[in-house]
Amino acid sequence: MTTLATLKTGQTGRLTRLDAQRPVEQRLLAFGFLPGTRVRLARSAPLGDPLEIEFQNQSVTIRRSEAATIEIEPDAA
Amino acid sequence: MPDNVSAGLVPSPTPARRAPLVAIVGNPNAGKTTLFNALTGLRQRTGNYPGVTVFKKSGFIELPSIGRVEMLDLPGLYSLAASSPDEQVVMDALEGRLAGLPRPDAILCVVDSTNLLRNLFLASQVAELGLPVAMALNQTDVVRRRGMEIDIAKMSSRLGGIPVAAVSAWKREGLEAVRGIVGTALTERRLMRRIAWRPCVSEALDILRTGIEKETGRPSPDDATLQRLLFDSNTVRTNFAVPPCATGTGDGPPGAESPGQCDGRAHGRGLSPEVCDRLRRAARERVRHGGLNPFAAEAVLHYEHISVVLDGVATENVSTRERTRMLDSLLLHRAAGPAIFLLLMAVVFAGVFWVAPIPQGWIESLFEWLGALAGPFFKEFPMLQSLVVDGAIAGVGAFAVFLPQILILFFFIALLEDSGYMARAAFLMDRLFSWCGLNGRAFMPMLSGYACGVPGILATRTIEDPKARAATAFLVPFMSCSARLPVYTLMVSAFIVPSLGKAGGVLSMMAMYLLGVVVALPTAFLLTRVFLRTPPQPFVLELPRYQLPALRDILVRMWDSASEFLKRAATVIFSIVVIVWALLYFPHSEEVAQSARTAYIARHANGIGKGAAEAEDLIKAATRENFVAARARDTGKSAMEIEAEIAENDGENPVAEALAAFTAPASGLENAIAAAHVENSYLGRFGKFVQPLFAPAGYDWRITVGILASFPAREAIVATLGTTHSLGGGADAGSEDLREALRKAVWTEGARLGKPVYTLPVAFGLMAFFALCSQCGATLAVIRKESGLRWAIASFLYMTTLAWLAATACFQVGTRFF
Repeated sequence: MTTLATLKTGQTGRLTRLDAQRPVEQRLLAFGFLPGTRVRLARSAPLGDPLEIEFQNQSVTIRRSEAATIEIEPDAA
Repeated sequence: MPDNVSAGLVPSPTPARRAPLVAIVGNPNAGKTTLFNALTGLRQRTGNYPGVTVFKKSGFIELPSIGRVEMLDLPGLYSLAASSPDEQVVMDALEGRLAGLPRPDAILCVVDSTNLLRNLFLASQVAELGLPVAMALNQTDVVRRRGMEIDIAKMSSRLGGIPVAAVSAWKREGLEAVRGIVGTALTERRLMRRIAWRPCVSEALDILRTGIEKETGRPSPDDATLQRLLFDSNTVRTNFAVPPCATGTGDGPPGAESPGQCDGRAHGRGLSPEVCDRLRRAARERVRHGGLNPFAAEAVLHYEHISVVLDGVATENVSTRERTRMLDSLLLHRAAGPAIFLLLMAVVFAGVFWVAPIPQGWIESLFEWLGALAGPFFKEFPMLQSLVVDGAIAGVGAFAVFLPQILILFFFIALLEDSGYMARAAFLMDRLFSWCGLNGRAFMPMLSGYACGVPGILATRTIEDPKARAATAFLVPFMSCSARLPVYTLMVSAFIVPSLGKAGGVLSMMAMYLLGVVVALPTAFLLTRVFLRTPPQPFVLELPRYQLPALRDILVRMWDSASEFLKRAATVIFSIVVIVWALLYFPHSEEVAQSARTAYIARHANGIGKGAAEAEDLIKAATRENFVAARARDTGKSAMEIEAEIAENDGENPVAEALAAFTAPASGLENAIAAAHVENSYLGRFGKFVQPLFAPAGYDWRITVGILASFPAREAIVATLGTTHSLGGGADAGSEDLREALRKAVWTEGARLGKPVYTLPVAFGLMAFFALCSQCGATLAVIRKESGLRWAIASFLYMTTLAWLAATACFQVGTRFF
């Protein structure tokens, strides 16, 4: 299973599943991070955490631990 | 244009007496504040929302058809589902739930055209509030340059005919159009087209509506509030459940009195949290039955609705992030990113510590001048004179002197924030904060804390979790604020540089600045992991497009922070200063003065080998007038010329020095009496009484009194040390006399009788004490207001204990080994 946390830097994919009830996911949903949204892992911070993800012409940071529960279907390389 | 009875229009509830209120709502970084500043200019006023310490800003515009309109700049937010107090206040203000703040008459939605979809999500939620809406599309110039077309007329009609205008707040283009749509919204009162909910959502809202009506016997809250109950997973923040009072009572219903409580006590029968939860569960079950996840439904349906609205209105979203991406590949680079961050911080601190002293000198002279000006007025009433000159003017001056540092720091903070870099700093720093239970958002408050704890604590309001917010506010005072600098400077220049050299001085200064952080982070760990057990802090932060900040916004920001600081200096700080002054002044008995005089004269007589009577005469003759007269006689110059020579101010001034030497016996007497008064004042006696407590740190009663007197403000210790060492209260950290006096100070009693008080370990200990102590009335007051009395008490006890331990450790270890 691929999650946001296991994407490689620069890799893209589509959001397949997230647990909508948690505060982080609530915030992401408000940003328009809905199932089916295309997302790209832009980079991780110099100390390894958090991550920067890009979707719909915006950039958002998220902790690695939270990214690990967000399921992604990676685009074919 | 449809007439006023059509369903889309609501009658105006505005009473004729007050100016209509228009709330500005929008995403963070949408340019809300830039637009607000551009529209209102300098006709702004600031304050706090009642009951909460969220910064409130409003301003006025003049509209031809309507007259004066009040614009309210609400905090930026992405969704009405509030999670921080900053966001909470938006929903409360829009619903008219804040006491003393009427419900807005209309809403101005500021939308960032570079991200229409997400910005319209909030607008679409706002439509549910049932208030007239005007929409300003900001940054249309940016997207148009990239080939994106927005059909404004079509957009307006898709949104139900609400007025829409394109604007570039930064370039100040389209401001007239924005004024126009605000006027239209107020006169036509047209509502924005609302989303058509799917049946399952409408039914779920009905479950809540009828349930609440049945339970409370009152009309249910409006749709927007019901939607918050249905969609928000956050169960802590249930004050949405408080039905707003029967609408139209005018001055804000009492719902704001009981935030966080799911009851309707003020509104007939109560709605218990259990019933509330039961209704919410039932309603969500209905949504789930309709095939939707109740926690995702709001976003999914609103985004669906928005794509329909935008279809054919705007061409494909164009990418506006090329420049931002390029900058980020450097500024967030694994190696270059942190290096640039450190460099930027170095620039900020260089500004604070090298540039600020220049205007600080002016402020010092201003207050000295004020004191000198006010002094003669009260010549007949020495007590009043002391109150005004030594208490009020000197005390408030001691605070005002930090204004330049605060202004400079806020200049940089506004620059970093408005440009978009602050979010990057939080991104880079998050890992350093996450291990101790905080997140990158703690960075900004801590940076502010280096200028002054008060704005630092106020900056914690963007942190969602109340416990994490209180914990961050608890840590801010550990940052070495500018009030510590005078103590550091005094100790370093008097003791550390003479014995350890310049490098030792610089190193110990840096050590003090690091000490705060080194103590603060483990403290955070203890607090969040052991005591509060806060959930791990989520960290979802937008990295916005980089933008050139507007100078006007930066200046407004600096002005706001300065006026807030000065207001505080004029109220809270002023009263504490007067109290400490009184404790240091009274009882001020004549006997004390008399015995000090006798003792001084005897000492002086002894020193010059003459009788007491003769010595007294000599002291009396050591006046400025006599000096000037004698010098005029010797040199043949006029008294005026001599005075001019004394006043000459270019480094070495032999005349002024000669004057000081000539008048030394008299000023020595005055200072000896002042010192005796301090020693016998209530605070002096108390200081002597509690001195044993500080004995393990090597402090004599004078330092102890200094510590007590500096409770309202750390820097007060320097002036107090000046007074207790018979130098008068005018001593400052750079004063050579004070340094000399401290070096000569010896124990007058106890086991170390005759030995110097200030050894190297004592000097280090005193610096460490002031780095960690909680000697700041203003900070404690703001902690009390933000987090509650218990946090303020905890902060005081914890910091004082740590400070004492550090000072004692320095002294005990230092004395044993060196």
